[in-house]
This record gives sequence, structure tokens and C-alpha cells, in this order.
Amino acid sequence: MSSERVDLAIIGAGPAGMAAATEAAASGLSVAVIDEQPQAGGQIYRNVGEPVLQDPHILGTDYYQGAALVRALQAATITHIRNASVWEVSPTGYLCLTEAGVSRRLLFSRLLIAPGAQERPVPFPGWTTPGVMTCGSAQILLKSSGLTPAAPVVLAGSGPLLLLVACQLSRAGIPVAAVLDTTPTAHYWSALAELGGALRGWQQLLKGVRLLAELKRSGIPRLTAVNGLRAEAGEDGKIAKVCFRQGDRDQQLDCTTLLVHQGVVPNVQLSRALKLEHRWDALQQCWRPQLDAWGEGSLAGVFVAGDSAGIGGALAAEQQGRLAALQVAQQLNKLDARLRDQRAAPIRKTIAQQLAIRPFLDRLYQPAGEFLRPSDQTLVCRCEEVTAGEIRSIARQGCAGPNQAKAFSRAGMGPCQGRQCGLTVAQLMAEVQGVSVAEVGYYNIRMPVKPITLGELADLDLPA
Amino acid sequence: MANDSTFNRLATAPATSVTLWIEGQAVKARAGDSVAAAVLSAGLGPSRTTPVSGSPRGAYCMMGVCFECLMEINGRANTQACMTPVEEGMQVLFQQGARQPGEALV
Repeated sequence: MSSERVDLAIIGAGPAGMAAATEAAASGLSVAVIDEQPQAGGQIYRNVGEPVLQDPHILGTDYYQGAALVRALQAATITHIRNASVWEVSPTGYLCLTEAGVSRRLLFSRLLIAPGAQERPVPFPGWTTPGVMTCGSAQILLKSSGLTPAAPVVLAGSGPLLLLVACQLSRAGIPVAAVLDTTPTAHYWSALAELGGALRGWQQLLKGVRLLAELKRSGIPRLTAVNGLRAEAGEDGKIAKVCFRQGDRDQQLDCTTLLVHQGVVPNVQLSRALKLEHRWDALQQCWRPQLDAWGEGSLAGVFVAGDSAGIGGALAAEQQGRLAALQVAQQLNKLDARLRDQRAAPIRKTIAQQLAIRPFLDRLYQPAGEFLRPSDQTLVCRCEEVTAGEIRSIARQGCAGPNQAKAFSRAGMGPCQGRQCGLTVAQLMAEVQGVSVAEVGYYNIRMPVKPITLGELADLDLPA
Repeated sequence: MANDSTFNRLATAPATSVTLWIEGQAVKARAGDSVAAAVLSAGLGPSRTTPVSGSPRGAYCMMGVCFECLMEINGRANTQACMTPVEEGMQVLFQQGARQPGEALV
């Protein structure tokens, strides 16, 4: 079986991937976009090409704006490989994917990694209890199925998505029992230092203010400076109540669904597996790949754009996708450098405008310490059921880093391949050893980055 | 609200209705739902117990990064239910604990 070859392979059909594909195709490049979902849009614009909800008021106008990107992608001459996951990428110019249980290779000249963000793992006592889900998951269920969570619903955490999901559920007529805001009071003061940037990004600031006002109007109680979050299961094993502290008062609320959120972090699984250089972003408390001004990483020909390159939001992601596509077109002689720079100038301006508010948001919504470095009894690795106490203990015994912690504790060795524990394990080891997270490092991520069957592996026409 | 213990469906665009079998029970879903969404809307679950301690788990992220919604779908174990669209007649089983010695491999 001969493998298909394209100029540019794009992993992920979110805003970055869709914009990059459209831009690259317009320059005359052959493009394949590989995405895990049946429809383009990513998580932010999920199903926007064929909206599921009849009432557009629930999700709001920002969501429906994504339809233009989907339409442009549909009109472009590209190959859109849906419901497919990429499980191996080689810097020598091929990737392996599985589509409907059948695997194949795709050859490329240039690669754009645009898998977006994932929600930051939110470890706290009881976070594995069924009924505890992420705010993002509630939004996904709204966008792709029109489903609303089982009531009573409580939201807990910090960040814009927490407020947005509370408002969206409220618009859908779901009584949200409470929003437990875990943003530490001190963060409001440290964020003030970045007020200049926030004012330059006034449109986003205004959106936040409007959400807070809507939340207030809706009558949903918003409890601030909440800490000591804990989920307790009932006899059926599902969540029955959420316990927390506000000030010096312990409180609890009955709930059937607890939606948690502590911001989003780049999905670096593929860029890590490719061994691109990454740096620790102390402000966003996450790793991000080292990229040049066009989004090209430390391996020539491998680009990263959108939230997987560092959290900037959908509108910045879209423009970063365009920048990468322009550079690929220039490298493959479809666009001269002068024209590339001319087209890039307004794009860079938009990106700068979109990112202006980030330092303010990043300081304000940095997770509270109890979620970055949870208490000893908290499960850190959900798959292998390793607690924070066990990680601290092996760190005290001189465990050299997250990779050795795998051998000592099995943390990071389950099916999620460290996606839910990698950041926390590194934070805990840094805390015990008194060094920075940057020094502790991260798991070595290896291919395959998604679980595959032996059959899928055997199907493959491997290079000689 | 029809049932407080399940995920409820808002008014949605017309779509085909799909019937699948979850733990032997016929469940109606909307074409485009993931298997994990169908489980939640039917009010079923916890959808697995862990191989390590047998503790109950359910869907958590719904976007393929937590691997908590692993189910046996059409005979294939450890399938991510949130990444699998429902299909007519699909057979879905919950996974209980670790696989036992001698248990048939699929």
C-alpha cells in the first residue's frame, strides 16, 4: 500500500488548525487535517458547523463566530480526516493515524501540531468520584449533545470558563446551586500590576465583567476565596456533597454534579513525544514548546500553533495558525518572503492585541496552592491511584525526577500517559526538593501517544 | 426536569434516533452523541471500577485526555467512550476491576 503525501499535515481542526489549513490551501499547498472529532471546530467551536442546540442564546455569540472558520475550511481544497487519532509522528516526515479502526501512514513535508489545550488537572480529595467532572466537559455535552448536567449542580474553581459555564447553564434553565470561586484574594492584588495589559485587552475584560454581572443577575450564589475543597461520595459511589471552607467556616452543599475548573494548559503530548524543546512558563504554570516567530519548533519543519503552543485563546490561535501556514508556504516556495511579511504584519498585530490581557488573567487565575501541590491523601495519578503523599515520600528518598517516579510509584504509567498527573508530580517533587519545576522537568512522553491495538500496528505499511 | 439524577436533553436540532445496548439495557441516543454522553443521559454508571483498587469511576473530561470513561464497546475493551460516536445496535459493557486470568481476550 502506498502512503499518501502532503505538503502540510495539520493535527487538530480547532481554530489554529482550521485557519492554517485554509491559508495554506489558498497558497497552493496540499494539506491534510487530521482530527479526532467528526466535525471541525475543536473544543471551543465544537459542532458549530451544525449547531445542536436550538436556542443560540445559551452558548452565546462567541461560539457561533467559529462557524466562519468551519465554512472556510469546508470550501478549501484540503483533505479532512475525521474521527482519526494520530498515535505516532516521526521527524523524518511521516505520521501514523487510525481511522475507523484501520491504521495508515501519511507522509508530509511540514507538520503543524495544533491539538489545543486540555483542562488543567484539578487534584483535590475526592476528585475521582463519579459525578465530579470538568467545566469543559459540561460545555462539550451542551455543544455536541444538548445535554445538561444532573442537578443539583455546583461549580468550583477559578477562571473565565467557570463563570461562562455557570452563565450558560443558567441560560439553559439549569439551577446552579452555587459557584465556589477558589481564586485566592491575594491574586486580585497581584493581577492589578498587569492592569495596563488588561486595559489594552479591554474587549475581553468587558466580557468578564459582563459575565460577573450576568451571574449576579441570575441569582446564583458566588462564594469567593473558597478553599479546602473536598468531594464526598454517597452509598451508590457517586458524589453526594461537596465540602469546603470559606473564611474560618466549614460548609457543605448537596450535589449530583460537581463541575471543576482551574484553567487550561497546552496539550504537549505530541510536541513532547517529538522531543521538541519546551520551557516552563512560571506565570501560566505549564510547559510550552520553544518556537520562533512563525511557530516553528526546535525541529526544522515542525510547527506548533494555538493553545498547544501556550494559552492565548481561540482568536489568537486562529492567527497563529495563519502565521505558521504563511511560513510553510514560503519555505516550500509558494510565497515570496516579502509577501509573507506583508501578510503577517496585520496578523501579528491581532495576536498582540489578543494576548495583551494574558498576564492579567494568568496572575488572577493562577491555581491556588492546594490544587498545584495537593494534600498528602489526594490522588495525583488517577490511573494508577498514587497519592501526593507517596510522591512526596519518594521525592524525600531522593527520587531524581518524574521519570524515576514512574518506576518507584507507577505514577504516569496508566492509560492517560501522564496527561492528568504530569504537572502535579513535577510540582510536588519541586516542592520537596526545594527547586523550580523547570529543574524537575517532565515525563518522557513516548509514541504511541494514543493506545492502539496490535491489529492497528500490524496493519501498517512500515517504512523499509 | 424529567429526572434529577440524569443528564437531561435540551431542545435540539432534528437528528436520527439511535438505539444502543448499554449493560444489556436498550438506550435511545441522538446521532452525534458519544457513547459516554449516552451513558450519562441514561443515568447509568459509575461506568467502571479501577483495576488497582476497584473504586468506581465515571466520565470526567469528555475530550479524550483522562481515560476515565474506558468501556468495552462492540467487544473491544478499554475504548474511550467519549471519543466513540454511538451507532445503531452498539453493545456497550462497563469494565469491572482488572482483567482476570483466563478471561477471554478480544
